[in-house]
Amino acid sequence: MTSLDAAFSALADPTRRAILARLALGEATVMELVEPFELTQPAISRHLKVLEGAGLIVRRVEGTKRPCRLAPSAVTEIDQWLSVLRRALEANYGRLDQVLANMNPKKK
Amino acid sequence: MSKLTLKTEGDRHVVVTRRFAAPPEAVYRAHTEPELIQKWMLGPEGWTMPVCVNEARPGGKIRYEWTNGAGGGFYVTGEYVELVPFSRLVHVERMHMPDATPDNHVETTFAPDGTGTLMTMRMTLPDAATRAAMLSTNMEHGMEASYVRLETTLTSSPAING
Repeated sequence: MTSLDAAFSALADPTRRAILARLALGEATVMELVEPFELTQPAISRHLKVLEGAGLIVRRVEGTKRPCRLAPSAVTEIDQWLSVLRRALEANYGRLDQVLANMNPKKK
Repeated sequence: MSKLTLKTEGDRHVVVTRRFAAPPEAVYRAHTEPELIQKWMLGPEGWTMPVCVNEARPGGKIRYEWTNGAGGGFYVTGEYVELVPFSRLVHVERMHMPDATPDNHVETTFAPDGTGTLMTMRMTLPDAATRAAMLSTNMEHGMEASYVRLETTLTSSPAING
């Protein structure tokens, strides 16, 4: 539950969502992320620290570089997110059933 | 028994299906006429849609604004790409919270199914991470609504305890 909370606050920031979108395409180093986002290297590093703390990305050491990529657990969170979307949709479509029943009472 | 199916497909899609006990024309109209949309497309309990723009023609604008009546709210904007009365709708949409999320490309089809309708809604996001972000955004919204409902329950039933 705490990791889920951390994931939410990490994902609440549009730059961090964009970084995740970039990492979905493949591994990247800090320097490779600096250019497209037009942010300073320390700013990118701060975002990466939050994403790493939330378990959404993992980093490995390669010489002086620490490339990051999406964490496998970031993908499994999707199942929980789907269940929330399902509840919202079920509420919507339950109401739509009522709307449809009221639209066409004579044809039954 | 739930008639809803919801699944991810590949890296970028979310597919929803649902059967309705009404013909495709009625279900299509309930998706394109603002006064009908405002009655059901509300998400979690406690939310309303005070603003509903739905210009059902190619290039037509979509704007849905939701509020929880307690200061919480967000909106969706979009444009229609293609409409085939009463069988198919294609539109793009994005949520504003307040930053706009990347475009969600949505195809909704309404197929006759006995005396009713089988609706299939296929969402296409730009990539896997954007899909993840879209689903998580939805979850934040869902959780927020749950908290509001919990608060309402707690404040409106002082004598329930024990």
